[in-house]
Amino acid sequence: MTADMRKSLLLHGGVLLGLLALQYVLPAYHHGNLARVMVLASYAMGYNLLFGYTGLLSLGHALFFAAGLYGTGLAISQFGVSAGVALAVGVLFGTLVGIVIGALALRTEGVAFMIVTLMFAQAGYLTILYFGQYTRGDEGFVIALADRNISGWDLSDPSVRYFAAFIVFSAALLMCLTVVKSRFGKVLIAIRENEERARMLGYNVDRFKLAAIGLSASLAALSGAAYGVLFGYVGASFASVQYSILPLLWVLLGGAGTVLGPLVGTLFMFYLIDLSSGITTAYMLIAGVVLVFLTLFAPQGLMGELRRRAIRWLP
Amino acid sequence: MNILSARGLTKNFNGLSAVDNVCLDVPHGQVRALIGPNGAGKTTLVGMLSGRVTPSSGSITFDGREVTSWPSHKRIAAGVGYTFQITSIFPNLSVWENVALAARRKLTAAKAVEQAVRSALDEVGLGSRQAESAGDLSYGHQRLLEIAMGLAQAPKLLILDEPTQGLAGGEVADFLNLIAKLRGGTTVFLIEHNMDVVMQVADFVTVLDSGRVIFEGTPKEVKASETVQVAYLGGGDAAA
Repeated sequence: MTADMRKSLLLHGGVLLGLLALQYVLPAYHHGNLARVMVLASYAMGYNLLFGYTGLLSLGHALFFAAGLYGTGLAISQFGVSAGVALAVGVLFGTLVGIVIGALALRTEGVAFMIVTLMFAQAGYLTILYFGQYTRGDEGFVIALADRNISGWDLSDPSVRYFAAFIVFSAALLMCLTVVKSRFGKVLIAIRENEERARMLGYNVDRFKLAAIGLSASLAALSGAAYGVLFGYVGASFASVQYSILPLLWVLLGGAGTVLGPLVGTLFMFYLIDLSSGITTAYMLIAGVVLVFLTLFAPQGLMGELRRRAIRWLP
Repeated sequence: MNILSARGLTKNFNGLSAVDNVCLDVPHGQVRALIGPNGAGKTTLVGMLSGRVTPSSGSITFDGREVTSWPSHKRIAAGVGYTFQITSIFPNLSVWENVALAARRKLTAAKAVEQAVRSALDEVGLGSRQAESAGDLSYGHQRLLEIAMGLAQAPKLLILDEPTQGLAGGEVADFLNLIAKLRGGTTVFLIEHNMDVVMQVADFVTVLDSGRVIFEGTPKEVKASETVQVAYLGGGDAAA
């Protein structure tokens, strides 16, 4: 038990150190990409808490990501608060949206849960378009360079941005590790494995699920809020269905129910599209074929497969 | 004092009464068996007692509190242990983690959990298999694992729905020993088809037929009762 814990600490600490070190060696292009991937991987980790560990498949997570993004963006553009405060506003707003939508959506289960979350996310997307006066609809808006700094640190500067993305990612990773190792996380896994049995062991399953949605939404919102201040653009496309499907895809590719899977999946997908679009304009064709092969030969995702074959202790 | 009481418990499914006006009193520490022919309403009755089935009418008191409207998880937290008729475990988790999940609801300290898990596993004889995936166990061992999960909760009342179903002869004997050890401390309420088991472990037997209690008494009285023989064994001459 403790030996596994030490190994896990070494592995995840090593990954974090590696990411930190990479910023000094990567060329500018990949440097920027990795910052983006780290922010999006935090989103995927939040998604993984709900899908990979609790077994709830939401098709509406874009709503929580966008709640963070717009919460932060609008707080800056409409109310003129500082980026640091706006970041907190975005996370709180996204968490709140998550808990309210979660409480409603949890009245359903299975396919109905997927459809209800999808519909709520669509309603959110349409709401953003409807209030175009403030949100500038489809076109979105840019957060002014001058507003993108936290206590003197210019978040648009590549190094600062990388470091900020790293902090967001580390926070998400540590949170996931803590949750997974905790009693709370183990109950979530029990719910995924056999909900009725978990209930008949005396656990208030509904409350655990709602807490999982709240946590998951707060990570999605953190990622959205950080994306806004780090990359300076707030647009309705982030609330669209595509951004609900992407975290599902990242998590499936990387390995649902593994802590590092979301990072691996996001990185893999990002560079798959990046590289294949360098070869042909029909890049989705290449990406599609690779994805089909991956689901055929590693149905549990890259890290899931690794765990199954070699590293049983992988959290 | 009674740990469990039911008054006028009724469950209707589309006009059909699966359980009809059942009154029950189970005193502290008793081993109570619930028997009856197939379709008598045993599982529905136990479902109402554990909170999985909402009664159409009637009331349930557990440990001095009226629990009729309580959801199942709350009743279990209050001290009702429940094992399923059809084995319900966490097949992809280890045997140890299965039992730990049961123990962890009440216990927070890692040491205490470990102790509770170890003693529950040793109790049912699965101590040496704690690292295996629960799904890899044989059916009989999965049943024992379920019982271990019930024990690890240290319940005041343990409800067992056909615990010996599918167990081999030796395993049944082990089960009888287990119940003997619990006797006095934990109240046990079991649905059982195996009459030998009932005769050996039960202090008191409730016989259900077509949703009604038709007889209550000690195993001996039940065996001697003509009412039971007619209902349960299908005719007055079926004394065997």
